Amino acid sequence: MPLLDHLWIVLALPLAGAGLCGLFGRRWSQTLVNSVAVGSVSLTFLAVLEVVREFTLGAPDHARSFFPWMMAGPFRVDFALQVDQLTVVMLLVVAGVGLLIHIYSTGYMAHEGGYYRFFSYMNLFMFFMLTLVLSANLVLLFVGWEGVGLCSYLLIGFFFRKKSAADAGKKAFIVTRIGDFGFTLGVLLAFRQFHSVDYHAIFSAASTMPVEGAGHYGVLTAICLLLFAGAVGKSAQLPLYVWLPDAMEGPTPVSALIHAATMVTAGVYMVARMNVLFVHAPLALMVVAVVGAVTALFAATIALVQTDIKKVLAYSTVSQLGYMFLACGVGAFSAGIFHLMTHAFFKGLLFLAAGSVIHAMGGEQDMRRMGGLRTKIPVTYWTMLAATLAIAGAPGFSGFFSKDEILFQSFAGPLANRALWAVGLAAALLTSFYMFRLLFLTFHGAPRYDEHQTHVHESPRSMLVPLVILAILATVGGWLAAPALWRGANHFDDYLDPVFASANAVLAMSQPLNLPAETHILEIELMALAVAIAFVGFLVAWWFYLRNPRTPERLASNLHAPYELLLHKYYVDEIYAFLIVRPLLWISTNLLWHVVDTRVIDGTVNGVAHGARGAGGRLRQIQSGNARSYAAWVVFGAVLFTGLLMGLLRMVR
Amino acid sequence: MVPTSYYLGLSAILFGLGVVAFLFKRNIITIFMAIELMLNAVNLAFVAFSQALGQLDGQVFVFFVIVVAAAEAAVGLAIVMLIARNRQSLNVERVNLLKF
Repeated sequence: MPLLDHLWIVLALPLAGAGLCGLFGRRWSQTLVNSVAVGSVSLTFLAVLEVVREFTLGAPDHARSFFPWMMAGPFRVDFALQVDQLTVVMLLVVAGVGLLIHIYSTGYMAHEGGYYRFFSYMNLFMFFMLTLVLSANLVLLFVGWEGVGLCSYLLIGFFFRKKSAADAGKKAFIVTRIGDFGFTLGVLLAFRQFHSVDYHAIFSAASTMPVEGAGHYGVLTAICLLLFAGAVGKSAQLPLYVWLPDAMEGPTPVSALIHAATMVTAGVYMVARMNVLFVHAPLALMVVAVVGAVTALFAATIALVQTDIKKVLAYSTVSQLGYMFLACGVGAFSAGIFHLMTHAFFKGLLFLAAGSVIHAMGGEQDMRRMGGLRTKIPVTYWTMLAATLAIAGAPGFSGFFSKDEILFQSFAGPLANRALWAVGLAAALLTSFYMFRLLFLTFHGAPRYDEHQTHVHESPRSMLVPLVILAILATVGGWLAAPALWRGANHFDDYLDPVFASANAVLAMSQPLNLPAETHILEIELMALAVAIAFVGFLVAWWFYLRNPRTPERLASNLHAPYELLLHKYYVDEIYAFLIVRPLLWISTNLLWHVVDTRVIDGTVNGVAHGARGAGGRLRQIQSGNARSYAAWVVFGAVLFTGLLMGLLRMVR
Repeated sequence: MVPTSYYLGLSAILFGLGVVAFLFKRNIITIFMAIELMLNAVNLAFVAFSQALGQLDGQVFVFFVIVVAAAEAAVGLAIVMLIARNRQSLNVERVNLLKF
């Protein structure tokens, strides 16, 4: 029985875990909850491995429909799943990183209340994320898309007694809903255009359509821009990124799993999945690239001055997601997915290590009250160092290969744009700086906390093992693309080629790559430049935070205005509050509540009730209890009725 | 042969008397008799139409009315008995508890 024909099992496993933990977990011991939750995800991971094995052995990769879900006239949605190369990458990332984070959570959440609730939500998240990845049509993708949003909401607000956490959950849900509205419209428009929501039908129809060049923007551009609106919300890009930093209110493993490694990359996955549509809409691709590049730089600047260790990582995530969109936008979809994968490793690791630091410090998240932790929690330090080197782009580490690929593609790729490349490079400099700043502030220098009160301790083994495994992945994960350095094959690129082949063909047709001979030298040059930039970032961070620890303060007071601007995150939250939230609240309160609800709706309902009561009050006087007066009314009525009848008869005659 | 309109006139007069008696008399027994008067006024109209149209339907109706009137008299008189026992009076104006 090939598992590939029973893909639903991959989804059923985490769903069963979620159901069991959610329904019975309250009465179970922690050990039992652990074994059910982690066990279900382990089985899922094994199932994914089996699926990948069968797929690699050459099983046909057609979509498998299990049952028709919705049928209305020509509209038909099947519960259909599919596996192709892109799915394989996503499956391995989601199930693998998900499993590691589940194991980590057993240690991290051991002392928190609502243990079973946490694991139930986490398993549910795995279910929806795998649905999103495995679906073979846009509607089922949307089910997963909304489902992970729901789990994100539930887990951000996990400590729901804390108002800021509950608010952050609501904010995440509402802000992403704005994008999802666009996404829904995009799906409907796609159905209207292609009369189907299946990937296969849409892609084969779209690949025969002409590329919508300058001045001929048509339905494909509209569909792509609408779908991208959903991605902007889900993947926290400008202007809808505001929910992700607040989402750090959730427990740290949640930040690692949902808000770094998997869910927020759903937008990138979706754009890569829709590559055939996007390459036919160059304007939409341009928008994707610009949004991505600007977000990468914008978020990186905010990360420079944040003092909360998780906030730095949150803005870093926004910035790195921007990189992925930049890659997709310049037509390098496989580079985007490659960065998605390496990012899942190193950013998941960074969050888990940050969680380990917070655990060690007894809940402290402010980097200004850390320092000198290197010798006290060495495993956390070394793993975090690996992740920092990876994200900063140190040669040999995973982030080096993926980021370099993106920068190269934006410089010399099919839709290259030098301005975007420069923005990406600037963001790389800032990334290197703020990551080493985080590392130095946390682990180096003199301790800035009360050593008598805070008992720093290394985390339990259940947390350290995932850290070490992720550190290994974050280090070697990029080597799939390494042979390209020596003019060899980029294995990752080649592997994904079947998915992106037709898109690449379209790109090559419209914009032939014009420098085949010099490409390799150029790539080496750009690589050297990127490494130099990363090293500059490291040096500046070292100079600021280890060599002359007073420099940052002096700089902050000298450049007061820009510093304040960054510290307050460009006042974006305040601007949104002023432009959108407050007017909306005002309209809701003064118009919708006080006028429409109180006066119109309540007024109508109460008015009807008052009228009925008044009329009844007067009419009941008739009911005097005197039988003869009733008789008089009967006679009166009969006479009236007879008179009317006779009058009518006369009129008819 | 007496014209039908005469019968109908008599029927209307009897019915009117019944109504007036019903409305203005206070004794519950009298009211009861007024009801019987109205029923029989209608019976008269039925019979008159039956004769005028040469059909038996009206006669059949009259039998029904008589049966119903008998049943009603049985129930009604029982009620009258109870009222008389409870109120020590047959004045219908003292039976006025069922009201707003």
